[in-house]
Amino acid sequence: MKILKQIAQCLEIGDNAGVPPLVHQALAEGIVPKTILDEGLIAGMNTVGEKFRVHEIFLPDVLLAAKAMYAGMDVLKPLLLNAGVSSRGRVVIGSVQGDLHDIGKNLVGIMLKGAGFEVIDLGNDVAAEKFVAEAKSHDACVIGMSALLTTTMPVMKEVVDLLKKESLSGKIKTIIGGAPVSQNYAGEIGADAYGYDCAQAVAGVKTLTAAFQ
Amino acid sequence: MIDFPLSCLQPQEAAVYTALGLKSGSRPSSRSSVLLQQALELFKTCSEPLGLSEAIGKDEFADVFSGQGRNAPDPPLQKIFPRADSLLLFAFTLGPRISEEIKRLFASDDFALGSVLDAVASLAADQAGRVAEEWVERQAAGQKNGALPRAFLYSPGYCGWHISAQEKLFARLRPEKIGITLNESFLMTPLKSISGVLVAGPAVIHQFSEVYPFCAHCKSPTCRERGMARSA
Repeated sequence: MKILKQIAQCLEIGDNAGVPPLVHQALAEGIVPKTILDEGLIAGMNTVGEKFRVHEIFLPDVLLAAKAMYAGMDVLKPLLLNAGVSSRGRVVIGSVQGDLHDIGKNLVGIMLKGAGFEVIDLGNDVAAEKFVAEAKSHDACVIGMSALLTTTMPVMKEVVDLLKKESLSGKIKTIIGGAPVSQNYAGEIGADAYGYDCAQAVAGVKTLTAAFQ
Repeated sequence: MIDFPLSCLQPQEAAVYTALGLKSGSRPSSRSSVLLQQALELFKTCSEPLGLSEAIGKDEFADVFSGQGRNAPDPPLQKIFPRADSLLLFAFTLGPRISEEIKRLFASDDFALGSVLDAVASLAADQAGRVAEEWVERQAAGQKNGALPRAFLYSPGYCGWHISAQEKLFARLRPEKIGITLNESFLMTPLKSISGVLVAGPAVIHQFSEVYPFCAHCKSPTCRERGMARSA
């Protein structure tokens, strides 16, 4: 459908003013909201994510596209809710206790929303107990943790250990990221995945949630 | 009194693009260039740079450095500061307005401009550390014959110096005087603030070859490069 391609292309160039009228047009053409979401908005964000992965575009371009995605979602969200369409899964994210740096975490949240996930952002300086309690109360399938300081990284292990202690390890997966964190560290503490950047974090969450789909 | 003119703090465009992940040899899109210009304008209007420093003796600093006794075993600064010519506790902030502006931009879904402004502000705060280092070097150069002393800023939270040492650093320096406060996790508000100790002395005291366990988790190991480059 031509209109869906137009939506995706408009999103790819970060035209946030252009996306909503196209979404309205698609609805007027009788296309159901879920199809507009999947084949218009998310398809566009997937292309953006791939271009970012191969360094064809860089972060600000991705974020301009995300803003256009949000503009489209503002139109679709009430319709999706009415239609009972669920998200791809709930992800609880936050910067770990002792860390006030939240830009990286915010970007991951933006990209996750762009990929169709429901994101519960706990903000920064989040204690291990809070990560687990919020994930349980929101029935989240993934906890995403960010740290920028080497001194705050151990909180990530506390979360992993707490999930183990509460026998939630298989039910709630963990992904970690941030400047001092690495794939090795993820393995060391028993986290399920590591995201080098926001695109990789989204890919990681998609992989982790594939089992729940 | 260290002066922090905005012209000295404003980062180079290339540095901002690199901080945002633009690969070497790539060109930013025209949209990104526009965003950067907007961010630099906001940086000029929202920044309120203020710094504070105070000389401290080695014995007193040993107490500040030990903090709550949570430092990594045998961290580099433990060997560096006793060999210094002088030590200055230091704090700097870009002020609250720029952090508020970044938060406002994100809250209004203007994340692209928000993230560019955040990168600009982070680089500017780092640059303030270099401005302070150079100021200390100029002061020290006028007082000493022979090899030019080198000054480097070391901060709690990095290189094995536990962030909880901020408590003693703040108790001594009182950065509240320039509007910086510490939360219970020892992090500073406004966010675009830096603190630490300026260690001045012969370049050789800053150089170390040991690889520490915490180095494995450090993705910006500039400690060695900066020492080598500036001591050359």
